[in-house]
Amino acid sequence: MTGRTDWAAHIVLSFGVLSFLLPLWLLVAGATQDPGAISRGELSLLPDLSKLGVFYSVLTDKAPGGSPVWRMLLVSAGMALAIAFGKIIISLLSAYAVAFFRFPFRMLCFWTIFITLMLPVEVRIIPTYAVMSDFGLISTFTGLTVPLIASATATLLFRQVFLTIPDELVEAARMDGAGPLRFLRDILIPLSMANMAALFVIVFVYGWNQYLWPLLVATDPKLDTIVIGIVKMIGQDSVTDWNRVMATAVLALLPPVTVVLLMQRWFVKGLTEGDK
Amino acid sequence: MERRTIFAGWVLPALLVAPQLLLTFFFFLWPAGQALWFSLTRQDAFGIKTQFVGLENFTDLFADPLYRDSAVRTVGFCVAVTMLAMGTALVLAVFADREIRGRTLYRTLLIWPYAVAPAIAAVLWVLLLNPQIGVVAHALKALGVLWDYRLNDAQAMTVVILASAWKQVSYNFIFFLAGLQSIPKTVIEAARMDGARGWRRFRTITLPLLMPTVFFLIVVNVVYAAFDTFATVQALTQGGPGKATETLVLKVYRDGVVNLDLGSSSAQSVVLMLGVIVLVMLQFRFLGRRNAE
Repeated sequence: MTGRTDWAAHIVLSFGVLSFLLPLWLLVAGATQDPGAISRGELSLLPDLSKLGVFYSVLTDKAPGGSPVWRMLLVSAGMALAIAFGKIIISLLSAYAVAFFRFPFRMLCFWTIFITLMLPVEVRIIPTYAVMSDFGLISTFTGLTVPLIASATATLLFRQVFLTIPDELVEAARMDGAGPLRFLRDILIPLSMANMAALFVIVFVYGWNQYLWPLLVATDPKLDTIVIGIVKMIGQDSVTDWNRVMATAVLALLPPVTVVLLMQRWFVKGLTEGDK
Repeated sequence: MERRTIFAGWVLPALLVAPQLLLTFFFFLWPAGQALWFSLTRQDAFGIKTQFVGLENFTDLFADPLYRDSAVRTVGFCVAVTMLAMGTALVLAVFADREIRGRTLYRTLLIWPYAVAPAIAAVLWVLLLNPQIGVVAHALKALGVLWDYRLNDAQAMTVVILASAWKQVSYNFIFFLAGLQSIPKTVIEAARMDGARGWRRFRTITLPLLMPTVFFLIVVNVVYAAFDTFATVQALTQGGPGKATETLVLKVYRDGVVNLDLGSSSAQSVVLMLGVIVLVMLQFRFLGRRNAE
């Protein structure tokens, strides 16, 4: 290392950072401006601090043809949290069963779970809708969340972690009279905390950002997520209240971005070290 | 790899694995099986009679010029998004890997867009490129460019590619940076001693060691571009103008959900499923190789 400043690196990285931050800045600045001025193409880079009230008013007012933004945020948060906790719990249990027991059809179970990787929602749109309506799950919170809880990636990740746990540890636990459930609670779960944290970030963002699934199964505007709500807003032929659209987008971005930033360390480690 | 020490019994593990299996069966396997079955049948206009037609839906599909156009368009779109998102991320990762002041801050500022929803990425790009309100659009107009991606096919395609690639750069950046950091410093030192510098060192030493990451990311990016960009494209152009940005996923959605053509949309689903299966197999091949390093 030479002590000289590496200008090339600073220039390239600043350019990258700017190309990410500029649209975000425009969004925040635009939210506080006069909608008429935005429509005329006079989007200023300076936010108008006297108009910050727009955030409060989009939160509480009913959006055209939908529910108020606070409600959409609540649905999104509920959906993201339900999917995150559901996926983590269900995958932890099934990975534990597959890694620490021998039971009939064990490998068949494993491959059945594995196959779900190959069947994203996008490739089974219509038949999934049919199944959902047979179960009476269309436009219910259960329908919005439960089908997304099955997870091959999370199961594979936990299994990978469990396989690295030394046999001696299991042996020792057994000698001390720990049954399988106690072993899970007192040893495996504490050992997997970092992986769970990483998984939480990935799955929370995944759940919050869903678009096609809620579009298909939650036709009732009461169950509009914030992402659905925003696409509805810009989908109208003549958008007039651009400032409100932007304020809503800022509110939609805040929770997942905050989760990623706060848990950045675990998340990056979990993403790159685990088997995705 | 298997464990040697295990717990006895099979009732407990069966109970533990049951919830996952039930969800998988009802919401994955059953619908996939139905898609397969629907793709081999045809319904009359009233949805009363269902007739087995063999592979007719598939032959119709491949004979349909609209479908072939959409397939070619999707391939082009995936290649463009993958190259743009990976190229940008690699350049950023190479510089972020250097020992410079403020690199933790740079990293954080390059990682946050991971959290942006594909649909929200579309909103951000509207702010830049919408002909009425977009900042960049106004600059282009000032330069004399006739800019309106809602009317011009090529411009529409450019916009959806840019917005889709933009959102994926962070993900690739995280993996490239991790890949670069896992290259032993001694290898780089040895190359430096031998006089390999700059571009030459990157091309002959760094890049070959990074290849497993590159292959892995190609698969992930193609899957992303083919499927996850549904929301981005839907929010920006709805597949238009005309069908200029209608990728295969948008077409399945439109034929199935909007036009209610069960047979054709199921056949399209089955084709996409085959595509995903091939990609996932490739991914695991590369993943295995990456872990073996």
